[in-house]
Amino acid sequence: MSGFFKSSIGRKVAMALSALFLMFFLLQHLAINILSVFSPELFNEVSHFMGTNPVVQFALQPVLIFAVVFHFVMGFILELKNRKANGAGYAKNNGAANSTWFSRNMILSGITILAFILLHFIDFWFPEINTKFIQGDWSGTMEGVEGLRYHEELVHKFVNPLRVGAYVLAFVFLGLHLAHGFTSAFQSIGAASLRKKLEKLGIVYSIIVPLGFIFIALYHHFNH
Amino acid sequence: MALDSKVPQGPLKDKWTDYKNKINLVNPANKRHIDIIVVGTGLAGGSASATLAELGYNVKAFAYQDSPRRAHSIAAQGGINAAKNYQGDGDSTYRLFYDTVKGGDYRSREANVYRLAEVSANIIDQCVAQGVPFARDYGGLLDNRSFGGVLVSRTFYAKGQTGQQLLLGAYSAMNRQIARGKIEMFNRHEMLDVVVVDGKARGIIARNLVTGEIERHSAHAVVIASGGYGNVYFLSTNAMGSNVTAGWKIHKKGAYFANPCYTQIHPTCIPRSGDYQSKLTLMSESLRNDGRIWVPKNLDDVKLIREGKKRPTDLSEDERDYYLERRYPAFGNLVPRDVASRAAKERCDAGYGVNATGEAVYLDFAAAIVRYGTEQAKVKNIKNASDAKIKELGKAIVKAKYGNLFQMYEKIVDENPYETPMMIYPAVHYTMGGVWVDYNLMTTIPGCYAIGEANFSDHGANRLGASALMQGLADGYFVLPYTIGDYLADDIRTGKIPTDTPEFDEAEKSVKENINFFINNKGTKSVDSYHKKLGKIMWDKCGMSRNAEGLKEAIEEISELRKDFWKNVNVPGEANEFNEQLAKAGRVADFLELGELFAKDALVREESAGGHFREEHQTPEGEAKRLKEFQFVSAWEYKGEPKDAVLHKEALEYENIEVKERSYK
Amino acid sequence: MNLTLKIWRQKDASSKGQMVDYKVTEISEHMSFLEMMDVLNEQLVNSGEEPVAFDHDCREGICGMCSMYINGEAHGPDRGITTCQLHMRMFKDGDTITIEPFRAAAFPVVKDLVVDRSAFDRIQHAGGYISVNTSGNTQDANSIPIAKEAADTAMDAATCIGCGACVATCKNSSAMLFVGAKVSQYALLPQGQVEAADRVQNMVAQMDLEGFGNCTNTGACEVECPKGISLDNIARMNRELMKASI
Repeated sequence: MSGFFKSSIGRKVAMALSALFLMFFLLQHLAINILSVFSPELFNEVSHFMGTNPVVQFALQPVLIFAVVFHFVMGFILELKNRKANGAGYAKNNGAANSTWFSRNMILSGITILAFILLHFIDFWFPEINTKFIQGDWSGTMEGVEGLRYHEELVHKFVNPLRVGAYVLAFVFLGLHLAHGFTSAFQSIGAASLRKKLEKLGIVYSIIVPLGFIFIALYHHFNH
Repeated sequence: MALDSKVPQGPLKDKWTDYKNKINLVNPANKRHIDIIVVGTGLAGGSASATLAELGYNVKAFAYQDSPRRAHSIAAQGGINAAKNYQGDGDSTYRLFYDTVKGGDYRSREANVYRLAEVSANIIDQCVAQGVPFARDYGGLLDNRSFGGVLVSRTFYAKGQTGQQLLLGAYSAMNRQIARGKIEMFNRHEMLDVVVVDGKARGIIARNLVTGEIERHSAHAVVIASGGYGNVYFLSTNAMGSNVTAGWKIHKKGAYFANPCYTQIHPTCIPRSGDYQSKLTLMSESLRNDGRIWVPKNLDDVKLIREGKKRPTDLSEDERDYYLERRYPAFGNLVPRDVASRAAKERCDAGYGVNATGEAVYLDFAAAIVRYGTEQAKVKNIKNASDAKIKELGKAIVKAKYGNLFQMYEKIVDENPYETPMMIYPAVHYTMGGVWVDYNLMTTIPGCYAIGEANFSDHGANRLGASALMQGLADGYFVLPYTIGDYLADDIRTGKIPTDTPEFDEAEKSVKENINFFINNKGTKSVDSYHKKLGKIMWDKCGMSRNAEGLKEAIEEISELRKDFWKNVNVPGEANEFNEQLAKAGRVADFLELGELFAKDALVREESAGGHFREEHQTPEGEAKRLKEFQFVSAWEYKGEPKDAVLHKEALEYENIEVKERSYK
Repeated sequence: MNLTLKIWRQKDASSKGQMVDYKVTEISEHMSFLEMMDVLNEQLVNSGEEPVAFDHDCREGICGMCSMYINGEAHGPDRGITTCQLHMRMFKDGDTITIEPFRAAAFPVVKDLVVDRSAFDRIQHAGGYISVNTSGNTQDANSIPIAKEAADTAMDAATCIGCGACVATCKNSSAMLFVGAKVSQYALLPQGQVEAADRVQNMVAQMDLEGFGNCTNTGACEVECPKGISLDNIARMNRELMKASI
């Protein structure tokens, strides 16, 4: 089995498995965040549960971190290997004739998403870690805010139009990444017979998920 | 030297079995000390290499392409015959034997053909075990189609790519032996001479086509499996690199060359479109299962069609001349290739050709589309189906059967053959003649064998469709591996053949001299220009029909052309590099000699038989007229110039088949 | 029509190459692309220059020898064909056509437009066969019925001509369509299933060793493949390898 993950196909499968996990994560992330639009209270409750539940914090969160790091590191390793395999390259290459731009530029959309994740970590995740693990404050409250703090924090982040702009742009790239990544992940794990159906589902997924996040960002920007 | 075919005694059906039981064998431990060179890795060479290696011999295989998988066997489309009688339509070993001998116009060796028919069934078993994906019916069993010149369905096929699948099967068997180290593969190598030591073939001189290096390779036996010489015509359905060089070099060292004038002109090829044309493309004979061949009845219509003022679909049924169905009611569109080709030529010579060059006839699928469509409507229980619906259903079936051929046609001609009839014309396709071999497939040089299209043995004066693949694999898998052991049994104590002997020195020297001549000649005319001229002489005077006068002219013209070639040929580049022009110069030089012998053979054969049609020898209806006194194989011995070649005759006896007039009416 | 050709010229494997411009005139639209190249070469030979080396043999789209990258696409701007089946009617008078060899680290250039594709052969040596002796003493061909669908799908995979367009086209120079096709052909047939696990592991290991890149499922190979080999074959190979590894 260790030989399997050293092979080209094994790595591809590992990329796909981490991708599938991340896509599942995105879906639940969106589901929770969309609550912030409809019900700040419910959003606060769910956020608090996710932020304090030991299973989520000590089991799922490390898995998520690992998946993110693995997906990026392996993505870069494979990109470098593929560039080496590519040899001298062409004087004229018409890639558009046989494949989509986003399928050929996963590394580009990936790097954009990586940059976004750093911003996102600075915005939300580092403060969370600081509050909970360094300050030791697991109450979910903050000064000057009635009840739980999560909704307030979220809204506050979307005041600055530059940040909102950066988020929207990143989500567009996320959409492009998913437009290829969704079907690609299933293809990598060998789901051939469902390919046509998965392609359609992939398009739906890659539009709905980023659009949902964009909607949340814009909604809070313009409504508060 | 008198020709001895070494056909074993005994009743026809027991000859091969009895012979195999009695011949000498080499024990497995000794096989490890015996080397065999195989030149060519198509169906014959590939299957022979794999089997010999599997038996334990050390095989060195040579191919001029970059991989054995590219040999031109890959281009065979239609199928492979085997007397399996899966269809229960009365097929048998005898019937396949009978059809092949009759199809060859009673000019092949009975015992060889019977053996071929006998092992044919084994080929299918073997290939299926190798993973060749033959077409199957809905019950999961193998499907068959029928081919020209026979009345049963015995042709196995894999879409329109049977040759490819069979070659990939042989290639996979080779790969297994290459992985084991039992075959040493020399890709991009060309054999330029055979080395004969003490009267036996003991090695070859080869050129590495990438570096230009001249190499010596020794072995206890040399097998030539280099295919046919159809490219002597310049335009043929052969691959660009197909050549006679290996066969011709052994001929010059003592192997007799048999029946060079027997050439197959295949009836269903895409017509020529211009002078720049580099090769002709075959459309599988299987198309004649469903296609009907016709030309207009009236010359007026021909004129209008050529001018583009009328389309073939504008002509009603009674304005069309389905000339094969008219002349040969029993076999109709499925007459053998030579008959179909000559009939097309006859119509075109009479002015009925339907394209601008006047050399094309129609192959029409409209009737088949309606027939299949009606059948499908019944199967699918569609009541009162419209004509459009029937056509749609019919096209789907035709597409499933011949889709890739139709696509190929459309890409080349830029016309949709589902809507308008295809245009076809005969083209040089296969050469029945080749190096003379005995029953063991050994040439007149001891230890030198010739298999597949390179030899002359099984098809007489005309080959039936789907029989070339059968012969190549039969020779390579099932015949040569036995017969070569009989010869090699005497070589178990010989030890490795050294390459630092005077015989190798001499052969290498002459090869190098030849190459240096080409490089240093700095003439004025390109190699291709000579090849084209030779091709034109051959097609005009040694083509689908020949006469004494034309053949005499051809001999003179080729001889002149050859002299000019050796004076004025221009080969650019260096000897020690990848140099395709240089490789081609050597091949054309050999074609220029073979071409003359070809014409001479055709001139001597004062009869018509199969692919050899002499205008002086025809029946009042224009059919080929065979003559009893020419019931022999012409085997030519090299004596310097082709005009000095000496004819040896191997008489052909038919004890198990009655020699009749070959009728397909 | 009259054309300008930009062609990669490289003396041998160790030399540096460059693009060189040539002009050809009076090209007929009915010519095949290689016949146009013949015209150029005849012109070069007659003017004392060295002709352009390119691989070609059957010229009917089945041997897999021809291998040109034309105007940025393997086998040029048409579908379901090899270079030899590309016709000049795909171009216009006055066009400039860029012609390069198939590029991949695993396909080193031999000369001009000729590349070395022996890596494909070595992958086949690693397992592209069924271990059955060619003695002819096998069981009857009809003794194991094979469902028509399986046989047809195997045949579709087996139509691969080994030209390398998939590798040439792939931005990662991955050979997975080629290997996937062979693995699939055998995996679909009962005769091939006996050694399926070893076969896929050995072939993939050799493929990696040859320095081919990693498939990222762009699907370009399927589009450019002259025989339309489906991406399903890659998925099947992935499955086969997972199955073999567990």
